[in-house]
Amino acid sequence: MSETLSRVPIIEGWFTDDPVTPSLVGAKCPACGTYVFPPRSGDCPSPACESPTLEPAPLSRRGRIWSYTENRYAPPPPYVASDPFAPYALAAVELQAEGLVVLGKVVTGVLAADLHVGMEMQLELDVSHRDDEHEYVVYVWAPAAPKPKVTGTVET
Amino acid sequence: MSRKKEVAILGVGMHPWGKWGRDFTEYGMVAARAALADAGLAWTDVQYVAGADTIRNGYPGFIAGSTFAQKLGWNGTRISSSYAACASGAQALDSARAQILAGFCDVALVIGADTTPKGFFAPVGGERRSDPDWQRFHILGATNPVYFALFARRRMDLYGATAEDFAQVKVKNSRHGLHNPNARFRKENTVADVVNSPVVSDPLRLLDICATSDGGAAMIVTSVDYARRHVGNLDGVCRVAAVGTVTPRYPQNILELPDIASDSTAVVPAPARTYKDSIAWSAYEQAGIGPDDIDLAEVYDLSTALELDWYEHIGLCPEGDAEALLRSGATSIGGRIPVNASGGLASFGEAIPAQAISQCCELVWQLRGQAGPRQVEGARVGITANQGLFGHGSSVIITR
Repeated sequence: MSETLSRVPIIEGWFTDDPVTPSLVGAKCPACGTYVFPPRSGDCPSPACESPTLEPAPLSRRGRIWSYTENRYAPPPPYVASDPFAPYALAAVELQAEGLVVLGKVVTGVLAADLHVGMEMQLELDVSHRDDEHEYVVYVWAPAAPKPKVTGTVET
Repeated sequence: MSRKKEVAILGVGMHPWGKWGRDFTEYGMVAARAALADAGLAWTDVQYVAGADTIRNGYPGFIAGSTFAQKLGWNGTRISSSYAACASGAQALDSARAQILAGFCDVALVIGADTTPKGFFAPVGGERRSDPDWQRFHILGATNPVYFALFARRRMDLYGATAEDFAQVKVKNSRHGLHNPNARFRKENTVADVVNSPVVSDPLRLLDICATSDGGAAMIVTSVDYARRHVGNLDGVCRVAAVGTVTPRYPQNILELPDIASDSTAVVPAPARTYKDSIAWSAYEQAGIGPDDIDLAEVYDLSTALELDWYEHIGLCPEGDAEALLRSGATSIGGRIPVNASGGLASFGEAIPAQAISQCCELVWQLRGQAGPRQVEGARVGITANQGLFGHGSSVIITR
């Protein structure tokens, strides 16, 4: 059945739907070089910079946990919770190059007991939920594979 | 020393906190009448109404100043309505203070009240895909307790805090609130009660997290000259020495509710003071005092662990030492610097637009020596601290 569902991102423009090396898409100021996530257009957030534009920028796929938690109860709508609800973890991951801390769900099957502050994580994609027509894809943090960093093309 | 920047608090009043689901204006009216009676003033003496808004009660909630001016009887007063999430009450106080200090009025009513739904706070209705508040719920299920839990977990992993430390905050606050007639929860909790309650957002359990409540609070603030004339002298009259309401400074490098990411430190380094530090320090600088001058504090214990964070943000101890300060008993009534003598959010639950005002009410009762069994002996200076969504926060310093 799932093969008949069309795969769509849970939100447009926040990540690349690359099955091997997905990445978050933030924004970068062409004038001062600061980063923004979630991505947006318009003015640079730095008060010292007057750039009226931001440009899309892929973000590092790896970072270290700033903090984490695990939801034991279903969040209220507009969250679409599974029934029965299965607990899931969330992690705020610090991306060193961009100086950003990005909150995301943690990949299915990895819970708070498996995590600690400072742990290395990498970006992956997971299915958030399904309806009659769509399979909604969301970015997730997953424990980084214990091997040398993937040499993807998205990191600059 | 600059007394001219102060306003007097002649009256405070509250409707008890609870969960009844009645029209929020009922609670506000009880609080307003109580504050007027406490001040020995009539509604017709009030020249300005500063309302703190609620976003969950329809149009009347968005225009709280007008709503209460009409409830009390249209009287030709000027009004304002402030929304600043959890800091709404302090923003309303700041608005009234500015009107008084500018000489536009002498007597102002500051008022906030709320009726809250059960369970988790959720964003207001509608599919608003560009609203960060909608996004965090839809994409991540990042409820408010998720953010509280991130801070709690950092205390555990970085400073060695334990579930028992967090529980001890609840035990302390439940003991403080036991005899507070305005508190919703008046039951002494044990560590076992807390650590055996269900985990909501790991590591926080149900009894670590504040409830959502109905309630109302009000203050009558006046110019110092008016207070002197009305009372006859200023002996024992409480004064607002500072209202700190500042935004973060870029880059806000701490991930705060409701953001999905922090600001970037790639180009501009993080500010010397974190946002929550800066809220309290802006008030200290305004009042010309420091943490050593404080006799008691009312801080925003949205979770037990966040109360520990606040010890550090308001300068009661260095970062990482809050658990030791708690364990020493310093923050209990009878200790060096009691925190949340009212019982805090642990005993009240959160009635958003009323909460920052209720913190001030408690300080006034404490500084006047009217707090009964929860009295902090000899208190002369108190501070409040709170933080809301979207870069709102407040810290009020009250002296007598």
